[in-house]
Amino acid sequence: MRDDVPLALIAVFVPFSLVSIGGGTSILAGIQHQAVDVHHWVTSREFVDLFAISRAAPGPGSMLTTLIGWHVGGLAGALIATLSLFVPSSLLCYGVAAVWRRHRGKRWHSALEQGLTPVGIGLILAGALSILSLSGGGALSYGLAFGSAALLTWRPKVHPLLLFVLGGSIAVAVHMVRA
Amino acid sequence: MSVTASSSESPAAAPPGVLAIFLLFLRIGLLSFGGGLTGWVFREVVVLRGWIVEDEFMSGMALGQILPGTNITNLAVYIGQRLRGPAGSAAAFLGLLSGPFVAVLLLASVYGVLKQLPHSAEAMDGIAAAAIGLLLVVAMRGARRVSKKPAGAVALVATFAGVAIFHVPFLLVVLMVGPLSVAAAWFGGVADAG
Repeated sequence: MRDDVPLALIAVFVPFSLVSIGGGTSILAGIQHQAVDVHHWVTSREFVDLFAISRAAPGPGSMLTTLIGWHVGGLAGALIATLSLFVPSSLLCYGVAAVWRRHRGKRWHSALEQGLTPVGIGLILAGALSILSLSGGGALSYGLAFGSAALLTWRPKVHPLLLFVLGGSIAVAVHMVRA
Repeated sequence: MSVTASSSESPAAAPPGVLAIFLLFLRIGLLSFGGGLTGWVFREVVVLRGWIVEDEFMSGMALGQILPGTNITNLAVYIGQRLRGPAGSAAAFLGLLSGPFVAVLLLASVYGVLKQLPHSAEAMDGIAAAAIGLLLVVAMRGARRVSKKPAGAVALVATFAGVAIFHVPFLLVVLMVGPLSVAAAWFGGVADAG
């Protein structure tokens, strides 16, 4: 890896860490601009491939950052990029969580908690819907999502991996019947 | 450490050890495909183990979403902090990310081959949809909980509609709905609930 790459990775990803309000998707376009147009770490084509890989792998979608670091700087680059994206926001969250807990039971704390929880749940629902509409499955994806939610509500201890195997198999089977 | 679910106040007397926290989040990180991570954490931490109660989880979930950073790493840091302070947060954070870190690099190495497999795209879509189901369970439980108060139901619907239907930018929705919702809770006699 070139000598200036580690610093450049830190300089790009640390700020993204602290502005990524709403999770990884909110900074996707910014990361693409920096990695492709500004620093030429990856081409557009490579960026799309790396994005697909990060979606297919377990873990947060922001592991795309790991792949960009790996592409430009090997294992060290991957580590530096990952830590740059995840550590600053986590430190901030730690500080807020510690203060948050210390004031449990106070009126302003309860008001914030009661007021913000519905907002958080609204965002989760919106996020779930946006992932479903982005996926290639169409109505089938909606059916599978609500089906797995219904099954989990009925039988809370069903192992999620079983759901995934079912979901993947049904999607492939439906595709083969249609084709 | 307690393995059984607890329906009462969280068992502050015997929180799980740092290693147990690390191993649980390592497993969640490795097994979580397609974006249902919050659902996984809820299932493992609240439903199966009772490490924290549902109210605390929902509160941490809201905090994790409003603060910058990936929702799921924020939630892990919050839960770790709640259970074991700095060491707990570090354990949850490292556990959650170390598995996916290795997995994503391995996957990148074999990506060219995987893309050739028949129906790999459809299978991935199906897996992702099933994972969203996990997330829907948490969201629906939370929705039922906050909708007991009319203001909570209004804030929930306004946030969802703003982001998902009217495509208002995330930050704008939070800045508009958040303060109103907090004010409604403040003036709605929240002192008794604290």
